[in-house]
Amino acid sequence: MPASNGRTRRSAVAVGLAAATLATGLAGCAAEPDPDTVTVLNSATDTAEHEANQDFFDRCAEPLGLRVEQISVPADQVASKALRMASSDSLTDILELDGSELPQFAETGGLRPIDEVGVVAEGLSDSSVALGSFDGTQYGVARSVNSLALIYNTELLAEAGVQPPTTWDELRRTAAELTSGDTYGMAFSATPDADGVYQFLPFFWSAGGDEARLTEGEGGAAALAFWKELVDGGVVSRSVVNWNQQDVNDQFLSGRAAMMINGPWQVPVLDAQDEVDWAVAAIPVPEAGRDPVPPIGGTVMTVPKNDDRERERNAGRLLSCLNSEENQLAWGERVNNVPTLAAAAERYREQNPKLAPFADLVLTARSRTERVGTRWPVVGDALAGAFQSVLTGRSSPEDALRDAQRQAGEER
Amino acid sequence: MNAAKTRRRAPGSRQRALYRWLFVLPAVLYLLAFFGYPLVRNVLMSFQEFTPRTYFTGEAPFNGLENWRAVLDDPLLGDALWQTMVFTVGSLLGQFTLGLALAVFFSRRFRLSGTIRAVLLLPWLVPMVVSAVVWRRIMDEEHGVLNSFLELVGLSSDGVPWLSSPSVALASVILVNIWIGIPFNMVILYGGLAEIPEELYEAAALDGAGPWRTFWRITLPMLRPVVTVVLVLGFMSTVKILDLVLALTGGGPADSTQTLGTLTYQLSFLRLDFGQGAVVGNILILISAVFAVLYLRANRADLGPGKGR
Repeated sequence: MPASNGRTRRSAVAVGLAAATLATGLAGCAAEPDPDTVTVLNSATDTAEHEANQDFFDRCAEPLGLRVEQISVPADQVASKALRMASSDSLTDILELDGSELPQFAETGGLRPIDEVGVVAEGLSDSSVALGSFDGTQYGVARSVNSLALIYNTELLAEAGVQPPTTWDELRRTAAELTSGDTYGMAFSATPDADGVYQFLPFFWSAGGDEARLTEGEGGAAALAFWKELVDGGVVSRSVVNWNQQDVNDQFLSGRAAMMINGPWQVPVLDAQDEVDWAVAAIPVPEAGRDPVPPIGGTVMTVPKNDDRERERNAGRLLSCLNSEENQLAWGERVNNVPTLAAAAERYREQNPKLAPFADLVLTARSRTERVGTRWPVVGDALAGAFQSVLTGRSSPEDALRDAQRQAGEER
Repeated sequence: MNAAKTRRRAPGSRQRALYRWLFVLPAVLYLLAFFGYPLVRNVLMSFQEFTPRTYFTGEAPFNGLENWRAVLDDPLLGDALWQTMVFTVGSLLGQFTLGLALAVFFSRRFRLSGTIRAVLLLPWLVPMVVSAVVWRRIMDEEHGVLNSFLELVGLSSDGVPWLSSPSVALASVILVNIWIGIPFNMVILYGGLAEIPEELYEAAALDGAGPWRTFWRITLPMLRPVVTVVLVLGFMSTVKILDLVLALTGGGPADSTQTLGTLTYQLSFLRLDFGQGAVVGNILILISAVFAVLYLRANRADLGPGKGR
């Protein structure tokens, strides 16, 4: 039967094709890395950022006789990409993680303590060491860190004849005076995600809140009540529960907010326009004389364990060079973040007077994971639940914190 | 099936049976690799302590019902279940009614009807995340177009807190999802309408049936198979909603728009507790499975072979 013959041939081809696809799929996994190449997994997907990173890498790698290859994925995918790479034993030589993700990776035992790969971490600020540490061991180095500050519209403040507020009382009054027509006195982000939590922390911590024991003391409730008061008083928009930090910046730039809480990553956007004149001040504190305690943020470079110790050492050499005073200073200026070496930070402060408040703030800033370690994602979630339910009037600050503690304490 | 023929034992029948299996083999392999394996893995995972450590060490110790207990004890699961249900029912109801109304409207073919129909397809073409970003601006409480419009026509004076109030946000998300889903419903139903023989309407008209009666007695019954397809496909894509909610509200305010989709995302990819994430994923699969079985039993006639066109 000719028909059946034709059919057979075609099916044989199909089976052959399927087998070939499977074979190539499996073979694609094994790629032998070049011994003189150091691979880096980071989130520099933006072309300019990618090139700037490459610049700094090359500057350090060439004298060492090395080459650097970056693999960049969007920031929120770095962790899951790294996990997938780890499961196929193909993790890069350097893994650049967000500081808040470090504990979960360090806990796996898959990272090498940085002193074991020859990175000398002397003169780093305490808060940046905390950002790169888990259980008392440092696994990651931050070249520079960011934090949050009060950014204000100088023109609107001058018109109203007020100074940037330094205490909560002053913030209340100043924000009220600046509120008129379409303009709110103040804006912050209160989204139920990392953005909102990051912005809540300076209020929570400055008031004495403790993320490990949410119901302890009055700090937490005071911070929640203060946020609620600003929104209820009409000096902050009710929409903040839905504004991420980008939205807050947009509001500020369109003149609908006279002051905002935001970080130095907005500087390029702020610099690129000339509608709004802006300046930076420290975050107001509950009472005069107290230190503001904002969160410290940024990425840390870690060295995953590798059977080939030489590769680890190469990664270590590269890290040491990237964290020299000169390189840290240049990198900090490139990304508007504060270098973590005290000496470099001091020079950064002098050379960038406009961003100097950030340099001061990181000195008293804290790492989100310092106290709660791997539990941070759960605790952060619980905090987000607390301020969202208070701001939307679903519960009182005290009840919200009790619920949050139950949620945070539930798991392990 | 030609099982009877095979049994006739004609020369070479064994070979023919082999060929038949070879034909089926790619499909079976495909199903096993891309549906069977993930399904089994997901069920297993929900009984394991599956954390970042697992990726490094390859070890995922079984921890009995611990993941299930943790997820089921969380009051958020109940809320997410309820909100997923409201979201699904609300979205389907809105998408289907409006889609059907538009399909009937356009089936009358008038000047420019083709052009307008094409324009109505636009929401379908726009990536969902882009739609969400645009809608976030439209629904802004103070400067959004929607509230300005409502104020202009005098329907609301102080602005509806579309996305910033826990009691309104879920309705807003449903509204946007209805807008996104209308084109799909319209296109499929329009196709179904075009297949209804013209003679039936002519006969009805001769018998003196009005438009309303014609719709209920002819259009809707004739459209039944298409309607079930639209609703089933709609259910499948709506119940697992994730991207729209993430981009519009992130599950807030105060968890009022959390769905099973956002919950499993949060557990797996933000807390990196893949075991607990798998539990919620399994609940989602279970809901879909129950629905699919019920649907297949009730409507075998509509989709199965033998009956229908």
